[in-house]
Amino acid sequence: MSWQTIDRNVSPYAAGSEPVLSEGVREKIRSFFPRYDTKRAVLLPALHMVQDALGHVPYKAMAEIAEVLEIHPSDVLDTLTFYTHFWTHPKGEKVVMACRSISCELTGGREVLDAIKSHLGIGEHETTADGKYSLVTEECLAGCDHGPCMLINEKLHKCVKAADVPKLLDDAKNDRIEVPRSDLFDAPERSNSNQPS
Amino acid sequence: MPNYEPVLLRNVGVENARSIDVYRSRGGYRSAEKALKQMSPDDVIDEVKKANLRGRGGAGFPAGVKWTFLPKDRKRTLLCVNADESEPPTFCNRVLMEEDPHQLIEGTIIAGYTTRAQIAYIYLRVEFHEQFHILQKAVDEAYAAGLLGKNILGSDYSLEIYLHRGAGAYVCGEETGLIESIEGKRGWPRIKPPFPAIEGLFRQPTVVNNVETLANLPHIIERGADWFLSIGPPGSSGPKLFCISGPVNRPGCYEGPMTITCEELIMSDEYGQGMRGSVPVKAVFPGGTSMGVLKGDELGMKMDFDDPRNYGLLGLGTAAAVVVNAETDIRLVLRNLARFYALESCGQCTQCREGTSWMYRIAQRIENGAGRVEDLDLLEEVAGRMGMMPGLSICGLPDGATFPVRGVVQKFRAELEERIRNQDPGKVEAVLAVLN
Repeated sequence: MSWQTIDRNVSPYAAGSEPVLSEGVREKIRSFFPRYDTKRAVLLPALHMVQDALGHVPYKAMAEIAEVLEIHPSDVLDTLTFYTHFWTHPKGEKVVMACRSISCELTGGREVLDAIKSHLGIGEHETTADGKYSLVTEECLAGCDHGPCMLINEKLHKCVKAADVPKLLDDAKNDRIEVPRSDLFDAPERSNSNQPS
Repeated sequence: MPNYEPVLLRNVGVENARSIDVYRSRGGYRSAEKALKQMSPDDVIDEVKKANLRGRGGAGFPAGVKWTFLPKDRKRTLLCVNADESEPPTFCNRVLMEEDPHQLIEGTIIAGYTTRAQIAYIYLRVEFHEQFHILQKAVDEAYAAGLLGKNILGSDYSLEIYLHRGAGAYVCGEETGLIESIEGKRGWPRIKPPFPAIEGLFRQPTVVNNVETLANLPHIIERGADWFLSIGPPGSSGPKLFCISGPVNRPGCYEGPMTITCEELIMSDEYGQGMRGSVPVKAVFPGGTSMGVLKGDELGMKMDFDDPRNYGLLGLGTAAAVVVNAETDIRLVLRNLARFYALESCGQCTQCREGTSWMYRIAQRIENGAGRVEDLDLLEEVAGRMGMMPGLSICGLPDGATFPVRGVVQKFRAELEERIRNQDPGKVEAVLAVLN
């Protein structure tokens, strides 16, 4: 996605306060420099790491990323706002991404989306009051053979039935994947504390 | 297809197929070794050209020919592997990566050696979380086994593979959009020429190949071009992955020769095993939604690179079919597809940005019971003014957006007109008030 902006609230710029990026994150971003010809090419990996560390990418983090990559903060904003998976404002601990592609819609995706909305009591692109869940819609998760599907953080839930949605959402481990994780794009803090899941 | 022996999916279902030891025990990495030690890059190009391996990403351009566009006197080459796979309802690359990641790595080594690339970037869409972790582990294993890095298998060829994760943008599957995205920019496709082979990633000569294309390479090296040509019809040789989804009994990713028809893909016991509840087929999008639509009585279409054009489709695309059954309102399908392209247009070209949005608004109006028969002509007119590369648009997205919309309007006009006639006129104003 692209030019149509579906969800772009921004947190106010926290001027003058402490840096938001830890030295660990900065160091990890720099460790990607040898992979690419330019520092700017590390921007997407950097945004992934920062979002992993902070849960979203506030303005101040954009400015600090720009400093590390030696580009202008507006370059960071420009790139970031093109991609739907970077959040510019706080999201819930778990982000539920419901697929609404054609295959999922034909196999009951709309009912699943409605069930998620009614169980969480929120609409699309909203976050529950307790900060636990956010709901977004996705155009295709490439899980069409298992439609309807939804992603909770990293975990793809396949062949979801509307009736199973409450149980799925109440399960504390519903965002854990079963394969061994690589911490390449994670915040360094997380890779120290969160292994194995 | 009885007696067809899977090649690309041969390791699916084998225990621990993702591990390098199991992959090697089943003949894996022998082709890479053969290419590196016994063949020159030109030998590989000749073999792949002879096999007429056509790109599996959607355009069907011969991979061997693509490699020859690289300037002969180049100092560097960069290889990009397109694992962005965002076209609904396509998921065959996902299956290849999660079931047999080393096959992709071996194909990447062969392509890298052939193009003399020292770095390969595998561009994965961010939604592929499990696949990323699986593939990264396989890459780490390959490094540890001396199959990646400096002097692979004792040869003088060196290759680094880096995984690069996207962040949710369909248009990054377009090769120059993908390149821009790796460079840390918006995934806006570039105006061509220059083509990536001349000036691509970091302004270096660049090759972009699809995952499935690369997965074919080890088998071509191992068994030869003649074996490859013996599968499938002339012009569409080799094993092919087909995806089928929607309300069929056994949705999934299947491998076969490109001699099968769309009907076999849906109905045959080898593939989709028929429609759920035996509801008749109303429509099929046989090549990913962008290629256009078939009516229920056009299922005799062959799933090869050429026959789709005889049915008013753009091409074979990704050979991923989604089936719409007779109980489904065609207006829903029209709106769903129009929404997808409206949200995924990158916004650079006016006719695509505005056209996809208008098609979505019109389709929404029709679906919600406030359509007019003239809207169908309007949709066709908007679609007609949007597409047709080359020249008008930077990339192929507007063509991909117009083919399904125009196809649905043309092939299902009778149903759409009837549904519009049966609307409740009293509700139209209320619907329009909500939509506007």
